[in-house]
Amino acid sequence: MTSKTDTLEVHSSTDIVLIRQAVRKWTAELGFSLVDQTKMITAASELARNALEYGGGGEVRFEQLEKSGRRGLRLTFEDHGPGIPDIEQALTDGFTTGQGMGLGLSGSRRLVNEFEIASTVGEGTRVTITRWK
Amino acid sequence: MERIPILRMGPFLLVTIQVDLHDRLVVTFQDDLTEQISRTGARGVLIDISALDMVDSFMGRMIANIAGMSRILDAETVVVGMRPAVAITLVELGLALPGVRTALDVEKGMELLRASRGLRLGKEEDGDLED
Repeated sequence: MTSKTDTLEVHSSTDIVLIRQAVRKWTAELGFSLVDQTKMITAASELARNALEYGGGGEVRFEQLEKSGRRGLRLTFEDHGPGIPDIEQALTDGFTTGQGMGLGLSGSRRLVNEFEIASTVGEGTRVTITRWK
Repeated sequence: MERIPILRMGPFLLVTIQVDLHDRLVVTFQDDLTEQISRTGARGVLIDISALDMVDSFMGRMIANIAGMSRILDAETVVVGMRPAVAITLVELGLALPGVRTALDVEKGMELLRASRGLRLGKEEDGDLED
């Protein structure tokens, strides 16, 4: 069940900072531990930067979840960029087509409980991450 | 324009990062710091990140780059004050910051810089930086 939602734009590096602050607020409200807050914020920062750098910008949807007494936060990053031709390769540590270290996707997957990625070449990429309290 | 201040402390430069780093600020900071090292002949750089509540791969790469640039300019870099939650997250992210020296706080970082530069407190200190 989704109890609260919001959507933020990702169009500049300042937006990435605002997204990090929003994730901090949402995870603190959910009562996440400091380490869990930090993991979710870091994963969000990586994925927002990916959406900006590789997808030419996009948006992130925040959803507060409740499932059989557990509460969590789900973030969905969506861009309308060129898409990822080989998702398997993109999820490998150290693989990058840009200037980064190639840890954005693979690293953020390790920081969350659930990770889903869907990408269509020419249409864009959608990454969904969930962390439960 | 927003900038990260770089302070002099004897033969070293001290940087305390207190703002939420966005990408452009990081690039300006790298330019400022390398320029200062080269101009002052600083022997070491201490970067205090105790105010940062998160470090992602972009910032991690920036820190590693600064350490590398400083080394080439003959200055050691020590990163101090990383919060435990940040350290846990960085390692899970896959970024263990190889090649970056760290210390728990500014005081221990200073000791490390002095020791690695063969400098001692007091009279024997290398003295002030050149202008």
